[in-house]
Amino acid sequence: MENFEVAREDRSDVSILRLKGFLDAHTAPKFEQAIQQLLTERRYKIIVSMSDLNYISSAGLGVFMGFIEEIRDNKGDIKLSNMTEKVYKVFDLLGFPALYQIFKEENEAAKRYHDV
Amino acid sequence: MKDRVQRFKLKVPSVTDNLYLIRDFIRMVAEKAGFNNEKQEQIALAVDEACTNVIKHAYKFNARRLIDIAIQIDRQKIKITITDRGRGFDYSKLKDPDLKTYIKESRHGGLGIYLIKTLMDDVRYEFNPGIKNQVQLTKYLN
Repeated sequence: MENFEVAREDRSDVSILRLKGFLDAHTAPKFEQAIQQLLTERRYKIIVSMSDLNYISSAGLGVFMGFIEEIRDNKGDIKLSNMTEKVYKVFDLLGFPALYQIFKEENEAAKRYHDV
Repeated sequence: MKDRVQRFKLKVPSVTDNLYLIRDFIRMVAEKAGFNNEKQEQIALAVDEACTNVIKHAYKFNARRLIDIAIQIDRQKIKITITDRGRGFDYSKLKDPDLKTYIKESRHGGLGIYLIKTLMDDVRYEFNPGIKNQVQLTKYLN
C-alpha cells in the first residue's frame, strides 16, 4: 500500500510541491522523483508544503538533504511550509530549522523568493 | 504485586511496503502499554528507522527474508527487539550526524540511528553478521 501523493503547482518561477500522506523509505523515491523533475526543468525555487503530510521518517528528510546543495548552487532553495506540529518535531530533532527556512503559509515562503 | 509481562510478535517480509503495517502494530501495542499519542509516534518512528536499516542494509531489499519484531510490555516500559539474520547493520560505527556536512556531501542517509537514539531511552545492539543481529529499543512510561 502506498499512501503518499505529491501535487505540483507552478507560480511563475516558483514551484510548490504539496505532500500528502506518509513519507517513509517506501514513498521517499516518489518525492525524490518530483524534486529531480524540477531540477531537470531547471526550476530551483521550490516550496514544499506539508499540511496534509501525516508522517515523515529519516528517508523523507534525506530527500531534503540530498538535493539542497545543488539547488542553492543554482540560486534556488527549498523552503518549507504548512507543517503540522508532529512533522515539525522530527525536522526539529535533527536540526533542520537552523539550515532551512520554515514558514507557516505557502504565500509567506513564495513572498520571500520575490523579496530577494 | 508481581509485574505482568505481555509479549507480542510480528514477522513480516523485509520490504519497505510493510513499514506502515509495522508502525501501526507498534502504535497499538504502545497504546496498550499506556503511552500517550506523542510517545506512540516516537516509538513507531524509532522502529520504522530500525526496520528500514534491516530492509536496506541487512537484507538488501530481499523480500524473501523476514524481519522479526518481538515486543514486551510491562507496567514500566516497552521493549522492542528487532532481529535479522543477514549482514546486519553496525550501529556502533555511526557517529552523531552533522547536518551541515551531510548537506555539503549531498548525502541522503545517516539520520536514522540518531533519531532512534534520541527517541528511545535505551538502545542496545548485537552485531554478528550472517548469524544474528539484534537491536533492542526500550522506552519507559515515566
